[in-house]
Amino acid sequence: MTTLTHLQRLEAESIDIMREAVAESENPVMLYSVGKDSSVMLHLAAKAFYPSKPPFPLLHVDTTWKFREMYAFRDEMAQKLGLDLIIHTNPEAVAMDINPFSHGSAVHTDMWKTQGLKQALDKYGFDAAFGGARRDEEKSRAKERVFSIRSAQHRWDPKKQRPELWRLYNARKNKGESIRVFPLSNWTELDIWQYIYQENIPIVPLYFAAERPVVARDGALIMVDDERMPLAPGEQPIHKSVRFRTLGCYPLTGAVESTANTLHAIIQEMLLATTSERQGRVIDNDSSGSMEKKKQEGYF
Amino acid sequence: MTQIPDQAAQTATAQDIDQYLKIHEHKDLLRFITCGSVDDGKSTLIGRLLYESKMLFEDQLATLEADSKKIGTQGGALDFALLVDGLAAEREQGITIDVAYRFFATEKRKFIVADTPGHEQYTRNMVTGASTAAVAIILIDARKGVLIQTRRHSYLVALLGIRKIVLAINKLDMVDYDQSVFEQIEEEYRAFAHQIGLDDITCIPLSALQGDNVIAPSPINTPWYHGPTLLGYLETVTVDDDAASRPFRMPVQWVNRPNLDFRGYSGRIVGGAVRPGDRLRILPAGKESTVARIVTQDGDLDLAVAGQSVTLTLNDEIDISRGDVLATIDAPPLVADQFEAHIIWMSEEPMLPGRPYLLKLGATTVAATLAAPKYQVNINTLEQLAAKTLELNEIGVCNLTVNRAIPFDPYAENRDMGGFILIDRISNTTVGAGLLNFALRRSQNIHWQAIEINKQAHAALKGQKPCVVWFTGLSGSGKSTIANLVEKQLHALGRHTYLLDGDNVRHGLNKDLGFTEADRVENIRRIAEVAKLMVDAGLIVLTSFISPFRAERRMARDILETGEFCEVFVDTPLAVAEQRDPKGLYKKARRGELKNFTGIDSPYEAPEAPEIHIDTTQLTSEAAAEQIVARLQSMGVLD
Ligand SMILES: Nc1nc2c(ncn2[C@@H]2O[C@H](COP(=O)(O)OP(=O)(O)O)[C@@H](O)[C@H]2O)c(=O)[nH]1
Repeated sequence: MTTLTHLQRLEAESIDIMREAVAESENPVMLYSVGKDSSVMLHLAAKAFYPSKPPFPLLHVDTTWKFREMYAFRDEMAQKLGLDLIIHTNPEAVAMDINPFSHGSAVHTDMWKTQGLKQALDKYGFDAAFGGARRDEEKSRAKERVFSIRSAQHRWDPKKQRPELWRLYNARKNKGESIRVFPLSNWTELDIWQYIYQENIPIVPLYFAAERPVVARDGALIMVDDERMPLAPGEQPIHKSVRFRTLGCYPLTGAVESTANTLHAIIQEMLLATTSERQGRVIDNDSSGSMEKKKQEGYF
Repeated sequence: MTQIPDQAAQTATAQDIDQYLKIHEHKDLLRFITCGSVDDGKSTLIGRLLYESKMLFEDQLATLEADSKKIGTQGGALDFALLVDGLAAEREQGITIDVAYRFFATEKRKFIVADTPGHEQYTRNMVTGASTAAVAIILIDARKGVLIQTRRHSYLVALLGIRKIVLAINKLDMVDYDQSVFEQIEEEYRAFAHQIGLDDITCIPLSALQGDNVIAPSPINTPWYHGPTLLGYLETVTVDDDAASRPFRMPVQWVNRPNLDFRGYSGRIVGGAVRPGDRLRILPAGKESTVARIVTQDGDLDLAVAGQSVTLTLNDEIDISRGDVLATIDAPPLVADQFEAHIIWMSEEPMLPGRPYLLKLGATTVAATLAAPKYQVNINTLEQLAAKTLELNEIGVCNLTVNRAIPFDPYAENRDMGGFILIDRISNTTVGAGLLNFALRRSQNIHWQAIEINKQAHAALKGQKPCVVWFTGLSGSGKSTIANLVEKQLHALGRHTYLLDGDNVRHGLNKDLGFTEADRVENIRRIAEVAKLMVDAGLIVLTSFISPFRAERRMARDILETGEFCEVFVDTPLAVAEQRDPKGLYKKARRGELKNFTGIDSPYEAPEAPEIHIDTTQLTSEAAAEQIVARLQSMGVLD
C-alpha cells in the first residue's frame, strides 16, 4: 500500500481542519496576512473546497505600514482567486496616526493588529477565523490547539482550551465566543518552504534576494520602503542584496543579507540558517513570555 | 554524536539540494508520545532530540544559554529541559501542565512529539497525546525502576491502541551504566506489559543528560548493549499503517455543491482505499452506489488511500449529508444506537449518568446518555472498582445510548470510527473521551418493530426521568411565573419539558368548561390525564393551575407511578395575592362580577404535605425556581 509522504499528510490534515471548521461554523473568515504561511493556507483552501470556491472571505487587518509589494501581491491574489477581500484598518489608529517610529513597536502592534483584528471580527460577526500560526514558531504556540476558543472579549485562556483527541475538533461555542482555527499547526518552516517549492505556490517577491535600499537599526537591516521612514541626519540608505524570511510592517521587519533569489537557494539557505525566522520580528524580542501575553490579550 | 542530520546539506551545491529535496519529499511522518514521571528526564530527552537534529537556531540557543544560567538546573551548563517547557506560569512553577507538540526531522523522517506531563491528575493530557501517536516512549529512572506511574502510563497508551513501546531506561549514568540494573528493569517491565497486551517493546539504556544511545551508540559506557539507539529506532520503526489495509471508510464532512451539475462528498479517508467503480454503501441509511470520480484540484485520482482528504462523486443521486459514512459494501461498519464504551472523564464536573451529552464521532454529532459505570478502572492497579459516576481523570466502562443510530467500528479496529468525544451541552466544553468497544446486542439488530415503544423507551431516548411537577396556589400567587422559570432552567439542563397552564388548556382542550365546582373538578381531571400521557411520552410536565381541591390533586398523584408526582405549593397569603392582583380578578370578584373565585367565594384547600413548599413572601421568583430545581434534583425526581 502506498504510504503518504509527510507533506501529503500535512496537506490532508490541513484540508480536513478547514472543512471541519466550515461545516461547524456559521460565518468563517480567513485571516490573510500576505506572508508565505498565508499563501500556503490559501492554496490549501482552494484544494479543500475544489471545485467550489472557498466558502469564506479573506480578511486583511492592515496596519498601513506593510511593504508596498505586499499590497500589490494581496490585491492580485484576491482577484486571481475570485475571493472577497475585506480590508480593515483600525480607525482609531488612523486618527492617532499610530506608527512604529513615534509610538514604538508594542503600541503599534497592539493598536493596528490586536485591536484592529478584534474590531474586524466584531464588526462582521465572524465566529471562526483561520490563522496561519504554526506550533513550531514559538514556545507558547506549541501548546495551542488547532481549534482555539476565544472569549467574547477575544481573550485566550490557556486553562479553558479543550483537549483535542484524534481528529475530533470541538467547534461548539457559546454566544459571543469565537474560534481561531490553525490549519498549519503541525507544519514547520521547512515544511512550508518545501511545499511552496513542490506546489509552485506564488509568494511575495520580498522573500527572494534583490538589491534593496536598507539602513541598519539596532542591529537589524530595515528597508526604506517609502518616504515615511525617518532618516537620521546624514543617514543614507545603502543598496544591499537582501531578502526577508518573514514579512510584517516594513519598519519592524529585519532583512537578511542574501543572494538567494530562487526557491532552491532559499531552501538551501534555510537548511544552513542559524537564526530562527521570528528573530526578524521585532515584537518577540521583548521578553521570553511576550507572545503568550500578547495572545492572552487577543493577538492572533 | 556521529551523524548530525542535515549535515549533508551544509556543504550542498544546487544539485545536492535537488537531491536533498527529493529525499525530503519522500520522508514520512511518525507521531510519538513521551511519558514519564516528573524528573525522569523527559524534557531533557526531548530537548536533546531537538538540539541534535538541528531544530534550534542561534537565537534560540542564545535564549537557552541565558535561561540555563538564570534558571537552569545544570549549574549554568545547557539545560535542555528549558527548551521545551512552555507557558510562563508553568515555568515559574517549574512544571509542565499540558500537552505540547514538538517537531523535528531527520533525513529519514519527520517527527511530531506529543510531550505530556506525568502527574497523576493529568491523565487527560496523556490520553490526548496518545490519541494521535503511533509509538510511545516510556521513561524510567534507572535508580527507581518500574513504578506505579510506569504502569499507569503503559495502561493508558495500551488503552489508546498504541502497540509499539520504547522503554527508555534513563539516568543510567547514575548507576554506573550497570548492565544488571538495565536487565532487571527490562525483565520486570516485560512481564507486566505482557499482561496488558503490550509485547512489541524495545528497551534502550539511556542517559538523556550525557547523550548515551540517544543519537549515537555508546560503546564505551554501554558496550554490552547492541540494540538500536533511540533515534535509530524512531527512524526505522515500521508503524503498522494498517489503516490502509482495513476496509474502506470515509465520513462525509462536507457536501460540495458548486452548482447543480456537481455533487461531491468531501472527507478524509479513515480506512482502506477507494477507486472509481468501487461499490459503496452509505450509512446509516444503507443505500448503495458506485464511485464515479475521485476529484481533487490536481486532477482526478485513480486511487485514494487512508489519510487522504478527497472529494468523491457517485453514480446515483442519493441524499447524503454530513456525518454519513461511505464504506465498502464488502465489510460495511455496523449501525447501532447502544454501546459499551471505555470513558475517560476530562472535566472537573463529574459525569452525570442519565444527562444527555453531545457525542462527536467522525463527522457526526448526536445526543448521548451514559448509564452509571459498570465499573471504574483503577489505573494504577488495573483493578475494577464499583462506581456511580466518573470524576476528572477517571476511566470507566459504561453503556451508552445515542438518540439516533450511527455507523461505527470498534475502537480496536479503527480509531477514527470508534473514538469519540463528549461535549457538555451547556458549557460546550469537551468533558470526556470514549472508545466504543461493541454495540449492545439489543441495539445492533435494529428490528424496530420488535421493541415495545413504552414509557421507558421514550424516556431513554430523551435521556431523562419523566415526571409531573404540579404547581398549586391561589390566583396571583406567582405559580405561572415560577413554573415558567423552572421550565427555562430545565430546558437549559437539556431536559424535554412541557408546561400546561390556563393559557394553553382553557382555550382548547377545556374550552367547554366553566368555573362551577363540577367543571373545576373535570378541568383538573383532564389536565391530570393529559399530564399522564405526556409522562408516558417521556416528558417532564409542569402544570400550573390553582387546583384548589385536595381530592383532585390526590387523583392526579394516584394515576401516576410513585415518585413521578411532585407537588409544589406556591404559598401566598390571600391578602398578599389580593393586593398583587396582577389581572384585576380579585377586584372583579369582590365586585361580584366573577362567580366561584377561589379565596373569595370558593375555597382553596392548601396541601397538607407538599413535596415542595415555597413561601413567596420570603423568596423572589428566581430564587424560588432555583430552589425547586435543586429540590427536584435532591429528591431524585430529576436525575
Ligand atoms: N544524571 C542524569 N540526570 C538526568 C538525566 N536525564 C535528566 N536528568 C536530570 O533530571 C532532572 C529532571 O529532568 P527533566 O528533563 O526536567 O525531567 P522531566 O520532569 O521528566 O521533564 C534534571 O535535573 C535533569 O538534568 C540523565 O540521563 N542522567
